[in-house]
Amino acid sequence: MKPEKIKWGMVIDLDLCIGCQACTVACKQENNIPFVSSDQARMGRAIQWNQFITTVEDPLPHTKVRYLPRLCNHCEHPPCVKVCPVEATYQNPEGLTAQIYTRCIGCRFCTVACPYGARFFNWYEPEWPDEMKSSLNPDVYIRTKGVVEKCTFCVQRIRAAKDKAKDEDRELKDGDVIPACVETCPTKARVFGNLADPHSAVSKLSRSPRALKLLEHLGTEPKVVYLTERTWDESL
Amino acid sequence: MSHYNDFPKDDTALINPLMKKSGRWYYFTIACLSAIVAWGLFSWGYQIRNGLGVTGMNSPIFWGIYIANFVFFIGISHAGTLISAILRVTQAEWRKPVTRCAEAITVFALMVGPINVIIDLGRVDRALNIIPFFKYGRFESPLLWDVCCITIYLLSSVTFLYLPLIPDIAMLRDKYTKRRWFYRILSLGWTGSPRQKKVLEKLMAIGTILIIPIAISVHTVVSWVFAMTVQPMWHSTIFGPYFVVGAIFSGIASLIIAMAILRKALHLEEYLKPIHFNYLGLLLLTMCLLWFYFTFAEYLTTFYGAEPEHMAVFYSKLGGEYTYYFIFMILTCFVIPFIFLAPAKLRTITGTVIASIAINIGMWLERFLIVVPTLSRPRLPYEHGIYHPTWVEFSIFAGEVATLCLLYVFFAKLFPIISIWELREKHEDEEVTIKEKAVTTGSYEY
Repeated sequence: MKPEKIKWGMVIDLDLCIGCQACTVACKQENNIPFVSSDQARMGRAIQWNQFITTVEDPLPHTKVRYLPRLCNHCEHPPCVKVCPVEATYQNPEGLTAQIYTRCIGCRFCTVACPYGARFFNWYEPEWPDEMKSSLNPDVYIRTKGVVEKCTFCVQRIRAAKDKAKDEDRELKDGDVIPACVETCPTKARVFGNLADPHSAVSKLSRSPRALKLLEHLGTEPKVVYLTERTWDESL
Repeated sequence: MSHYNDFPKDDTALINPLMKKSGRWYYFTIACLSAIVAWGLFSWGYQIRNGLGVTGMNSPIFWGIYIANFVFFIGISHAGTLISAILRVTQAEWRKPVTRCAEAITVFALMVGPINVIIDLGRVDRALNIIPFFKYGRFESPLLWDVCCITIYLLSSVTFLYLPLIPDIAMLRDKYTKRRWFYRILSLGWTGSPRQKKVLEKLMAIGTILIIPIAISVHTVVSWVFAMTVQPMWHSTIFGPYFVVGAIFSGIASLIIAMAILRKALHLEEYLKPIHFNYLGLLLLTMCLLWFYFTFAEYLTTFYGAEPEHMAVFYSKLGGEYTYYFIFMILTCFVIPFIFLAPAKLRTITGTVIASIAINIGMWLERFLIVVPTLSRPRLPYEHGIYHPTWVEFSIFAGEVATLCLLYVFFAKLFPIISIWELREKHEDEEVTIKEKAVTTGSYEY
């Protein structure tokens, strides 16, 4: 696979998803996402690149709880990239909406412009419990207070897979890149791969009649595709 | 009501505040304002040290009162330059004692306003990254449009304030000994020769025309920071003109408040007369109605179209947690001003000042109601954000208001707040016409 032929994307099968949130935990671990106190979390300052958004419908006893794992959609036309004044977020040649943490001025224009709420801000200097400090991932840059961060599709794993393929003197093949959330999913609800390759698993699934994208009418062309048999309305 | 251009023949009332020894009240005011500024600076330091977590902002309400303040102060900055330019272009003769008060507000509000954006940055130390060409600034971002337009506006309004100041500065240099070195430098060797006058007039004529589009562009691009995103109730074509109208509205209100204070504090009753407040009150009334029209159009279109995402924001303001703010905004921006400005009887100094204070409170609320409710109702449903500004944010806001006042007080201490030469120019004109008349009728005695 040559770079110009790559469009990274993910499929999440909601009919397989059991809502265990293992992906959220794996993501937090993999990407050195800081912890916040419960008070701060209640204020809405928890950072979860892979977040479960839930709605509770109807009063008891016929309660219906619906949930949706929400992450950066790596839109083909990202509204956040347009507004960044310093090019701290940009679209890379492989379709990722990438971040340059060291350049970000923290104006939060991108967080405000993102219709998915997939971007997070470091309100304080990031902190980890003591037990976690020794297990930070050395492949992932640690953000400072005052910058914006979000899901990167585990860009460090993409890089590692490419290096490995190069070492083995072969081209990248489907299934080489496995982001943390995909790796950990117990029901295999998530598939990651190259959407531009018509034969990849992710590409085939994305063409399923069950396939849907979030807020498609905004023209952002998300590269995270959800599969569900349920009737779909925009409120999940 | 006396004539609007009927002023005392000698200008001691205008010179006294500059040349006389400052009174107790002056030092008291300076001390109070400085204390508030110092407190604001301390709060900012506290915020830089600890991070933006000390504010009430969160996800999804990523912007709070800093951005509302930014829009508010930029709005106030439209007080001056735009009004004075429009009055100059239309040759409204009553403008003369008003223009400089107005232009000074513009300059100082423009110095204070953009600071809010810098305060709002998570990484203030990287603020210079926004410089285009040399650093990473990119013109695709509406924030860069703001940076460009505001810089141009600040430079041009400083020029616009300074140019008509020169003859007065030269007069101060020639007639008085106090601060002579200071006035000598600033007067740029003005002698009042016909050539110099011609150049000044020409520059003023060009400036007057140029400043109008610049001023309009500034508030338009400020609104575009919101309107260029796809967020509900921000993504609106009406936002440019709506913001410009709101800006001029709150600008005139600030001007009236400033004039009333100056009138009392510097005893300028002979210069800033009820008739000036009356005329400004009429302008304010026009803007009040325009503002209501825009607000009505904006909300009715949203309501009638009834897109669920827009309606979520709409109902947060009418029925949700922002209802009282909204009602208070309508009261202070429309009902109270209308009651005090529409009947000629109430359009007195007190009446216009009451209306103006209400308007400034209301327009700040309007900015708050534009920034926050939209962010509190994201398109994807999850816990809606709740935002309560903290003491840090309020302290910084107070510090900014105090900074604006302090700069204004210093300005009024160093320069005549009413353009003396422009008033006198009128006197001379009048005397000439009287002389001419007298000569033609043969009744003038040499």
